[in-house]
Amino acid sequence: MSGTDGGSGGNGGGDSFDSRLRAARERQGLGRPPASGRPGAGGLPTSALGVGLRVAVELVSALALAVAIGWGLDRWLRTAPVFMALFVLLGGAAGVLNVWRLMGPGRQAR
Amino acid sequence: MAASSSSSIDALSQFQLHPSLGLIGASVNFTQSNLFMVIAGALVLALLYYGMRPRAMVPGRLQAAAELSYEFIQSMCVDTIGPEGRRFFPFVFTLFFFILFGNLLGVWPYDFTFTSHIAVTLAMALFVVCMVTVVALRLHGLHFFSYFMPAGVPKALAPLLIPIEILSYLSRIISLSVRLFANMMAGHVMLEVFGAFVVMLGSAGLLGIVPAGVSLAVNVALIGFEILVASLQAYVFAILTCIYLHDAVHLH
Repeated sequence: MSGTDGGSGGNGGGDSFDSRLRAARERQGLGRPPASGRPGAGGLPTSALGVGLRVAVELVSALALAVAIGWGLDRWLRTAPVFMALFVLLGGAAGVLNVWRLMGPGRQAR
Repeated sequence: MAASSSSSIDALSQFQLHPSLGLIGASVNFTQSNLFMVIAGALVLALLYYGMRPRAMVPGRLQAAAELSYEFIQSMCVDTIGPEGRRFFPFVFTLFFFILFGNLLGVWPYDFTFTSHIAVTLAMALFVVCMVTVVALRLHGLHFFSYFMPAGVPKALAPLLIPIEILSYLSRIISLSVRLFANMMAGHVMLEVFGAFVVMLGSAGLLGIVPAGVSLAVNVALIGFEILVASLQAYVFAILTCIYLHDAVHLH
């Protein structure tokens, strides 16, 4: 009787030690499988509204920056529409590039 | 305040800056925005100081909150940036909790949301992008500029591609700052508009009571939504900083 008690007690102690060790290793990032260690892949919001807002901001921000640079260059060099026209195109392309980086295939992690 | 005249809703005056702290504040232009920045910083410091003072083996509530916040940012840095992320932990921690407390303070009545000003968020985004660039330059030297010319691209495309890549890199400043600013400002404008609806419809007699009640319910839901957005945007700002740092450390 006492032997069984001791055995079960020892068993229980070993179990709890094992689980505690596992928990500790997981806390340190050692127990996790390395490939799938990113829940939600960076954890950015994936709701439709959130994604839509992100895409819109990425598209517009590049364009806005490019327009600002083109306007500034034109003002500085007095070449009225040249740089503005050039940078609007570049900015649009950069915006699409941003969206591609965000949504394109192979970049799902971001 | 919002429905001072019955025909217009003044939803933007809540973002005006006023001097605070009386005459001293007025003489140095210390606005309520600055005041709430100081309060947010003090609250973060207080959370960490009073949370970690007991140094208990089994943490109490405050200590558990402080430890959880530490581990949360720690794992965010290490998971996103890699082992080098530990070096950037203090920066990301400061950034995240400053923004989080600023956003959450703004949901509190009579408080000012300093993150609803583009000047504030743009300054933070500029600092982040400048720091990321400096980190990349220090780690990789001039090799950093290969970031703007992806491998395997024909040389003929370089004049077109390099400006686009540089614009895309620089547009991070805008997208990072505008995302936080727009979310916070839009939320507070919505709150103000629906709050004004309650007052205007409620004073419009018997017919207005029901829509006024609906507006009030919408406002209650919006407050909850605002708390979500406040936490989420602080998180997004921090994790995007981490992703940019990852790009800077690893260069693709």
